[in-house]
Amino acid sequence: MDKQFTVLDLLDLDLKEHNDLDLTCMAGRPGLLRPIVTPDLNRPGLALNGFFDNFGSDRVQIFGRGEHAFVEKLVAEQHLDNVEQLFGREIPACVFTHGLEAPEDFTRIAEASGCPVLQTPLATSEFVMRLIRALGNVFAARETIHATLVEVFGIGVLILGDSGVGKSETALELIERGHRLVADDAVEVRRVAGNILLGQGANPALGHHMEIRGLGIINITHLFGVGSIRDDKQIQLICQLEVWDAQKAYDRIGAEERKLDILGVGTPYLEIPVKPGRNIPIIIETAAMNERLKKMGYYSAREFNQNITRWLDSENARKAYLQKKGIT
Amino acid sequence: MIEKEVTVRNRAGIHARPAALIVQTASQYSSQIEFKKEHETINAKSIMGIITLGAGYNTSITISADGDDEEEAVDRLARLFENRFEEE
Repeated sequence: MDKQFTVLDLLDLDLKEHNDLDLTCMAGRPGLLRPIVTPDLNRPGLALNGFFDNFGSDRVQIFGRGEHAFVEKLVAEQHLDNVEQLFGREIPACVFTHGLEAPEDFTRIAEASGCPVLQTPLATSEFVMRLIRALGNVFAARETIHATLVEVFGIGVLILGDSGVGKSETALELIERGHRLVADDAVEVRRVAGNILLGQGANPALGHHMEIRGLGIINITHLFGVGSIRDDKQIQLICQLEVWDAQKAYDRIGAEERKLDILGVGTPYLEIPVKPGRNIPIIIETAAMNERLKKMGYYSAREFNQNITRWLDSENARKAYLQKKGIT
Repeated sequence: MIEKEVTVRNRAGIHARPAALIVQTASQYSSQIEFKKEHETINAKSIMGIITLGAGYNTSITISADGDDEEEAVDRLARLFENRFEEE
């Protein structure tokens, strides 16, 4: 993370329907600039009761129905020491779920300490799930790679290669054949949920544009329609395009699976030599389909070799039998 | 043109991996290289061709090469057979 992620950024996150956090700021606006430094959350039940050992003060504090009821009781009894101590810990923000309203005395203390009080109509468990997912994405390991990401037959294919080897042209042909562009030139790769690599355009504001030598900048969405683009996609196959090197031995069988490591996640990796007359888009299409077969448990190359070995074995057995009988 | 007779020494015979090894080696030479097994002749630079030969254990194969680097090519290929394609 190069830039600090603040509570305001959390409110501004552009999340779609089923991920929407639906947060509104009820009080403590100046505190919206407080940074969130960890994707973890905390339910402050113990803290409200006065137990502050191992208190996760750098976490967003979630107030569900239980905490809300307890705060109301504390306010009614005017036992606000623990609440004051809680806000004395510089917590980034507190969130009331179920659309619950924080009692006035509580918001007063929050405002005095400069801590924003947020509210969401979502149920606690649902909100917690969404928030963990959203913060997980924000804090995911990431890397920007010079490459093109396309979705081919449902497989996310990352096309790597030096400048001018034809990554964009290959992607263009794939789009023309009905596949989808995710990002061209600069792909931001994030590692989410442990071992999933998610790729998207490094700058979402730039949209789905491409630079094609001789044409300049073109807008894929306008030229090919919204069906030809997609915002993000898991990277499931990596194809490295490189100029054909006669000295180099390229894979001829494909029985051994090679992997390329990005952010500590290995992804199936193919080196595809480029030379005039080789139709790279069709090769990538085939590679994507082959990858789907592999996911279904069918390995073309392995199956082929098993058949040959079986055939050679039976030929051997037949020869040995004939020799024994003296009929050679 | 030169020829040399070799025998398949590895138990598994020429399956996909040895075939790839043969083709990779043969492709480094400009000579026309062929494998003969009984009355079949195939191009040693074609992976499918070599596999189709069905050369099992103890099969004898005649390597023939024709071109500028024929001697070296046959030598290198014959050595692959002797080394059992680096198997076993």
